[in-house]
Amino acid sequence: MRYKTRISLDNLFKIVFKATGLLVLALLGGIFLMLIYNSFSFFLDVRPLDFITGMEWNPTGKTPKYGMLPLILSTTLVTLGAMVIAIPLGIGTAAFIAEYASPRLKNILKPAIEMLAAIPSVVIGFLGIVVLSPRIADMADLSNGLNALNGAILLAIMALPTIITVAEDAIHAVPNTYKEASYGVGATKWQTLRKVVIPAAFPGIIAAIMLGVGRAIGETMTVLMATGNASMFPTGMFDAVKTMTATIAIEMGEVPYQTTHYYALYAIATVLFFMTLIANMLGEYFINKFRKYHAV
Amino acid sequence: MRYKTPKIASIIEWSTLLLSTCLVCFFLLVVLWEIISKGASKLSWEFVFSVPTDGMTKGGVFTPVIGTVLLTMITALFSIPFGVSCAIYLNEYAENNWLTRTIRASIRNLSGVPSIIYGLFGLALFVQALQFGTSMLAAGLTLGLLSLPYIITTTEEALVRIPNSTREAALAIGATKFETIKDVVVPSAMPGILTGVVLTLSRAAGETAPILFTGAAFYINRSTGYLNEEFMALPYHLYMLSTQHQSIEEVRPIAYGTALVLVIVVFLMNLTAFYFRYKYRKNEN
Repeated sequence: MRYKTRISLDNLFKIVFKATGLLVLALLGGIFLMLIYNSFSFFLDVRPLDFITGMEWNPTGKTPKYGMLPLILSTTLVTLGAMVIAIPLGIGTAAFIAEYASPRLKNILKPAIEMLAAIPSVVIGFLGIVVLSPRIADMADLSNGLNALNGAILLAIMALPTIITVAEDAIHAVPNTYKEASYGVGATKWQTLRKVVIPAAFPGIIAAIMLGVGRAIGETMTVLMATGNASMFPTGMFDAVKTMTATIAIEMGEVPYQTTHYYALYAIATVLFFMTLIANMLGEYFINKFRKYHAV
Repeated sequence: MRYKTPKIASIIEWSTLLLSTCLVCFFLLVVLWEIISKGASKLSWEFVFSVPTDGMTKGGVFTPVIGTVLLTMITALFSIPFGVSCAIYLNEYAENNWLTRTIRASIRNLSGVPSIIYGLFGLALFVQALQFGTSMLAAGLTLGLLSLPYIITTTEEALVRIPNSTREAALAIGATKFETIKDVVVPSAMPGILTGVVLTLSRAAGETAPILFTGAAFYINRSTGYLNEEFMALPYHLYMLSTQHQSIEEVRPIAYGTALVLVIVVFLMNLTAFYFRYKYRKNEN
């Protein structure tokens, strides 16, 4: 190839590569603008305070009610339930893999967790309907088992791979010298794990939990299929609940474009966006803190 | 404390960790067992290669399978060039300044954005603003956007592992920077890039929320798809069969079969990725 063509090709691709880099910025900016623009159209009709603190979500009633408090509470309830299950299990498993498992066992456990992460959320939701729901109904003597508890168990399963992977990395990254110092003063393996390794890995573990929370808040299909979708005010784990993601998924297919109800769904998405953003940014903050602390 | 107590205690303590690990594995086994044991009776070449008939109470899953394959191809065609090129920019060209840091921060944030919000964005951008309508193209591009941050991150990880001496050798014999990247850096990082790409696409193939309002249809009366028309996809088909169909109990065996086919598709893609990773690690040693 001629020298000049080679140089101009070099320059051209420099611009092409940079343009795609900027496109990513545009993508996040575009998502953000879309959410803000449509939410703004919504807040022309409904006061923001009524939206955030309203106790009833009934956009199709005679007098439409756009209170998203029950939706926020439903999402919170299901996410909290999921974390109560997933945090101890996740940290326990991460500690087991990092500290106790033999290399051979590790080579089985790690792909197993990747397999669990690979299962599509719609399949997990389906199992919530066919496996979990009848069992919950039997246990609690309900007509069906599509409720917050069902969603929480499924979301725990979905968040576990994230929590285990990040927490395991954190526990694994604790320097051996810490452990050796602890063994040196006569501590047992368990004492070392609890009093030295876990505290040292703590920011990483918090990061794991926050990323798991972000995953659980934003998950749509499993909660859509397994939580019953009744837009009432949730009072407990055995109530059917309708989370923010499920509300968007169900109602977006039915509303006419550019109505208040349509814009309301974008307003929910905006709140959802910021909730996951905060969870993920907290996660990232703790990961960075952890990296700084154990700078290698 | 006496010396012996910690020993007994350590067994109890160790078993709590073992128990939580076993529970996690138990979840995986329940999922696999339920899908395989109940879906296996449905699974046959005939099930995969025949179209749904009689209001989807009979027949197979050929239409959704084709839909998912075509959809994933659109996703790949869009997200691979953009993602790899962005990763090349970040790793090979970008200086450490505010712009680069902002791009990196937005990639991290994008990977945390819930998939349903990508669905809304696809609806606003592709379906409405660009007038693609609810179509396979709109849904494929939406999944492409969703895949972008993962492809960028994994590609960059693969590029970082290529030692600088490799680049310097190419530059020293007179290659331009672009030629170095095209002929030396990217080919050496290829197995790593492929691992990330295939893993990301397997995730996109199983996604349902982003295609809910961008083009997935309850039922389509022919097996081949067109870019500008609605389509059937495996995950959406499973969602429909298990929650929206008028005779849910009757179609349950088909739902199990669909779930099994979907899981097999996703696992086959994952296995391909593991194969690339295995090859990659072997080359490195």
